[in-house]
Amino acid sequence: MNRAIYPFYFGIATLVVYSIFFVVPGLMGIYYSFTDWNSYSDEIRFIGFDNLAKIFSGEAKYLSYIENTLVFTVSTVVLKTALGLLFAIMLNDGIRAKGLHRVMLFMPSIVPMLVVGLIFKSILNPASGLLNESLRAIGLDFMAQKWLTDLNWAFKSIIAVDIWKGVGYIMIILLAGLQSIDKTYYEAAAIDGANFWQKLTRITIPLIVPALVVTTVLNLLHGLKVFEAVYVLTNGGPGYATDVMYTAIFKEFSTGNYGMGTALSSVLFVVMTVLGYFVVRLMSREGDER
Amino acid sequence: MMNKVLLPTLRNAFAWILSATMFIPLLLVAVNSLKTKAEANGMNMSLPKSFQWSNYSIVIEEGKLIQSFFNSLLYATGATIGSILLASLAAYVFSRNRTRLNKAMYFYLIMGIAMPTNFVTLMKVMQWTHLVNTQTGIILMLAASSIPFSVFLIYGFVGSVPRELDEAGIVDGCSPIRLFLSVVIPLLTPVLVTVAILNFMGSWSDFIHPLYFLNNSDKWPMTLAVYNFFGRFQVNWNLVSADIVLTTLPVIVIYLLGQKFIISGMTAGSVKG
Repeated sequence: MNRAIYPFYFGIATLVVYSIFFVVPGLMGIYYSFTDWNSYSDEIRFIGFDNLAKIFSGEAKYLSYIENTLVFTVSTVVLKTALGLLFAIMLNDGIRAKGLHRVMLFMPSIVPMLVVGLIFKSILNPASGLLNESLRAIGLDFMAQKWLTDLNWAFKSIIAVDIWKGVGYIMIILLAGLQSIDKTYYEAAAIDGANFWQKLTRITIPLIVPALVVTTVLNLLHGLKVFEAVYVLTNGGPGYATDVMYTAIFKEFSTGNYGMGTALSSVLFVVMTVLGYFVVRLMSREGDER
Repeated sequence: MMNKVLLPTLRNAFAWILSATMFIPLLLVAVNSLKTKAEANGMNMSLPKSFQWSNYSIVIEEGKLIQSFFNSLLYATGATIGSILLASLAAYVFSRNRTRLNKAMYFYLIMGIAMPTNFVTLMKVMQWTHLVNTQTGIILMLAASSIPFSVFLIYGFVGSVPRELDEAGIVDGCSPIRLFLSVVIPLLTPVLVTVAILNFMGSWSDFIHPLYFLNNSDKWPMTLAVYNFFGRFQVNWNLVSADIVLTTLPVIVIYLLGQKFIISGMTAGSVKG
């Protein structure tokens, strides 16, 4: 009965399009990682583990791409969660014009990352940017930096811009979590004489673990795939200092080193697919209503 | 009892500061888009002496924006319709008929939420399918990349739609296609609107696919056009700002109109593609 009403062929077109344009390139990539595929010769030779050995040998810049990607991911996960939670607690009650604030805080997350990058390229401009101008105006000249070209600041600036864009979104998810907590827990705790810290660690955090899992997963996947933020703000510079996986892949691609590009991409593919397996298991458990 | 007065004031002040931090960079661009070149040189918040609306007409001509606008519209609309149709078909049968195979297929589809795209080998696939540097190619890639999250959202919603209506439809002699189109699709409207808005905004904002796969400027969407414009007119921040406003305005308008759907889709659905 079910098979006749809900025929499998309904899903075939979806599976085909998704497989061809999404999964197949990923799997093909693993094969091409072992070749010297490039734009200079038509012949593609099998070279075994040469590409991967280059990536993990630690001599060249390749390991720094992986390291930068991980630093970016970990910092954005931690900072967006911490700031998002702090903001959510501050805004949880007693706020007037709640709707307006919600619209404002969420707005950066819907603006294209490319546009955000261009805007902050102006704001972070060392000579005429809004940030340095404002710092000078209030007499904090010494804090004005070459945000995007100084080796010490470039990567931190990129992380900050990404946090600016994404923290409102994380905050709103956590705020929804906070609002689902029964107020009587806090009243009971207050009667028992609990202070703010005790309420936070004993009531709030344990009860919003599901929301925290969601935001962590979101930030994790977002962080590993970062591209536009780096590409627009510094394009990996100064030197290779701020290059991440996806910008490095694009550089290899544009210079015709397809084999290397696809090897880097496959490293990301394998890591994220394994990670994705656990994420998706978690998600499909939550989604089971019947 | 100082706390009773002080704390709410503090909280409200904090909320305004936070909102301002989020809004000022966007406002900065809007203000500077109406200045002269010299005024916009500093890119600060001072208001323009007179509004230079002509910046917009210059940008539209110089940046070939009319063409790019319609390209973006085509890609975003095409990808949205395609992904919604494909995702709802799959989500519907896989959710209604939970055989082992269908469950596995659902799992396979939503794995894409985590999987990264390999753009290098995707180029090879595009060459095989003769879609490299074509508009159809961009639409298909964008649609494919939004399938996983769309399936996830719709699948969850299908579970909450009562089966009894399907059975009534069958008793009345509906074919499976008819049942899907005239009974199920109308019931899925709320989630389909959410998914449509999210996918439209995502496709409109997409930069990486055209960057890899379109080398012909006639086919560029707004994002690639604005980036290229920035490269050519870096010193004219007034013009760059005007271009940024034009690129962003459509998503802001959709956001303000469909705010409820967007926030519910992005938060209740919980994981973004």
